Amino acid sequence: MSTLTLARSLNEGLRRALEDDPKVLIMGEDVGKLGGVFRITDGLQKDFGESRVMDTPLAESGIVGTAIGLALRGYRPVCEIQFDGFVYPAFNQIVAQLAKMRYRSRGQLALPVVIRIPFGGGIGAVEHHSESPEVLFAHTAGLRVVACSSGPDAYTMIQQSIRSDDPVIFFEPKRRYWEKAEVDTAAPVSEALPLDAARVVAEGSDATVLAYGPMVKVAVDAAAAAREDGRSLEVIDLRSLSPLDLPTVADSVRRTGRCVVVHEAPVYAGLGAEIAARVTEECFYSLESPVLRVGGFSIPYPASRNEDHYLPDLDRVLDAVDRAFAF
Amino acid sequence: MSVETGGSSAAEELMPTAPAAAAGLAPAAGAAEELIQLLTPEGQRIRHSDYPLDVSARELQGLYRDLVLVRRVDTEAVGLQRQGELGLWASLLGQEAAQVGSGRALSPQDMAFPSYREHGVAWCRGVSPLKLLELFRGVSNGGWDPAEHKFHLYTIVIGSQTLHATGYAMGVQRDGLTGGSTNGDSANGDGANGDGANGNGSEAVIAYFGDGATSQGDVSEAFNWAAVNNAPIVFFCQNNQWAISEPFERQSRVPIYQRSRGFGFPGLRVDGNDVLACLAVTRQALKAAREGQGPTLIEAFTYRMGAHTTTDDPTRYRVAAELEAWKLRDPIERVKAYLLRSGAAEAGFIDEVDAEADQLGRWLRDACRAMPDPAPLSMFEHVYAGPQPILDGERDAYAAYLDSFADTAAPPPEPDDDEAQPAQPAVAQAFARGGEEL
Repeated sequence: MSTLTLARSLNEGLRRALEDDPKVLIMGEDVGKLGGVFRITDGLQKDFGESRVMDTPLAESGIVGTAIGLALRGYRPVCEIQFDGFVYPAFNQIVAQLAKMRYRSRGQLALPVVIRIPFGGGIGAVEHHSESPEVLFAHTAGLRVVACSSGPDAYTMIQQSIRSDDPVIFFEPKRRYWEKAEVDTAAPVSEALPLDAARVVAEGSDATVLAYGPMVKVAVDAAAAAREDGRSLEVIDLRSLSPLDLPTVADSVRRTGRCVVVHEAPVYAGLGAEIAARVTEECFYSLESPVLRVGGFSIPYPASRNEDHYLPDLDRVLDAVDRAFAF
Repeated sequence: MSVETGGSSAAEELMPTAPAAAAGLAPAAGAAEELIQLLTPEGQRIRHSDYPLDVSARELQGLYRDLVLVRRVDTEAVGLQRQGELGLWASLLGQEAAQVGSGRALSPQDMAFPSYREHGVAWCRGVSPLKLLELFRGVSNGGWDPAEHKFHLYTIVIGSQTLHATGYAMGVQRDGLTGGSTNGDSANGDGANGDGANGNGSEAVIAYFGDGATSQGDVSEAFNWAAVNNAPIVFFCQNNQWAISEPFERQSRVPIYQRSRGFGFPGLRVDGNDVLACLAVTRQALKAAREGQGPTLIEAFTYRMGAHTTTDDPTRYRVAAELEAWKLRDPIERVKAYLLRSGAAEAGFIDEVDAEADQLGRWLRDACRAMPDPAPLSMFEHVYAGPQPILDGERDAYAAYLDSFADTAAPPPEPDDDEAQPAQPAVAQAFARGGEEL
């Protein structure tokens, strides 16, 4: 066991992947000598060379497009997109090419490409540095979309993503990069919770709170606060946004009868909408209230002096829980 | 070109080894004869037959003043970020001449499309430095009126603005405000709204971007569109040698200014630390654009003397000697030396500008600290042209939610408009003469 930040856990996971498979490559802007603007790839170029850890030209479409070519040639590229709001120049390559190649080739071609994206707000950044675009990718068939929320998961999920034969959009909660946790780097990844499984992170009986990425901590904190008020919240970290681990979610909601979904992304047409529909279909007779959603508003991410009003926090989660109990 | 300049052995000894940097650093040695320079780092005036430039003493003083005040804005902003008053700042340190030279070449009617580091161009376009701070403080996404200043909002996603600038220039063509007969797409007739190519009504567009941006597909597309349409645009690339941690060699195997040839329009490289050269070449390129001769690519060869932004630590990826070498080519010192040596100004003028900078700095610090946070509900404004029921419902629900805390906590203070702002001193109105052509 080591005490590692989430950022360092990713770094260790990438290092392990580079060691385990010579076909694994890392590519992106500033990922080499600098080690990435968040230092996720710190020291990897020094240890694995410029051929395997590549500083690319400043062009996101180029990063993903050439990663597709490298994957066609048998490599397993791990691309870093520097910030969430910079992924859109690569959108065509991801949605029109990366996601569809297996289907178009009737299964003959696999594209084991991982695209790492630091996402979400809460760090006082300027425009395009705080967005949550995950649902754009979750809506695209052929992509796996995952989000880690803790160091231990970051360590294993990045390795599982690299081993996946499907393309994976890997979202990292940038405001949690510096949070520390105990990580067992000796445990075999093959025995870890599967990549597409959700995890119950706090058990409870009165309501189910679903979250992923940076919002898991908020949900856990809300559960702790609710406990003081005599309410028992079960918190589930979804981890995989596409596909969804619906059985784990449904099992919980059938027991609690109430469900609140929390994400930073706008509520409108967000992942919570899909979850609300699925949970309603699966658990209709167990529900004591409608599935409620807490998330960002239908606006561009605001200037950072207002982001605390935009981002869901403990109070807004508890407010939704209150509303669920008021039905 | 004829060169009348002494050597700069001290600078050359400390030159970076990177071939591209060396090529741009050694114009006097003839190693890079393509570099256009009118004022050496030592403050020697060079005559260039292709770029004759007559600058009066008053104009020279004005340029010096711009350079010093723009640098002061930058220095103050870095300090304010360190004190927690700004979330971030992208320093222009070292790039003042490229920005002031090109910015002062613009006519009031010309439109500029910046990236996010063009604080010096903003100054020339009359945008208050406080508006720039507003953006980096997180109060707004850029609070100035682009149409009023003919200075578009900052664009952070790299290179996107080059296409916007090209499209805008195509609009200028269609409005008949570009001279020449090489394009026949004037929707409003031949110069109906303007005075022809050489008159005051003709317009040009300038797009700012950096060396890293040249790797983006958008920038290549902009080059191509501008060429195919013969658009009245100047592509002004500040090659500051570094895209965060990546040296220019990671972006391109050919000098940037040569890129345009493949697209079918001229490109040139100018000493980006030479305000006179930047002024002269930009003025000429804008003139060509106005006259209907199409686009020009200008590579201003300069150096990012500071970090990429205040979150960056350049000591991780570049050697100190490189910075030391560029310090000897400082864009301001050479103008000061030339002003004093040529008699265009006396020492008292230098002191006056310094005092003016101090006054500007004080005002900027005070005004930044006094800047109120935006009202929470203001974030719901301006998403659409008119009401939008889902959004309006979200706003109303959030207002009610905030009100539910009213009995437990004081409501957030509403911003007090300008009353809380320190009065703007006369010196700070320096930027108000933006758009004024030299």
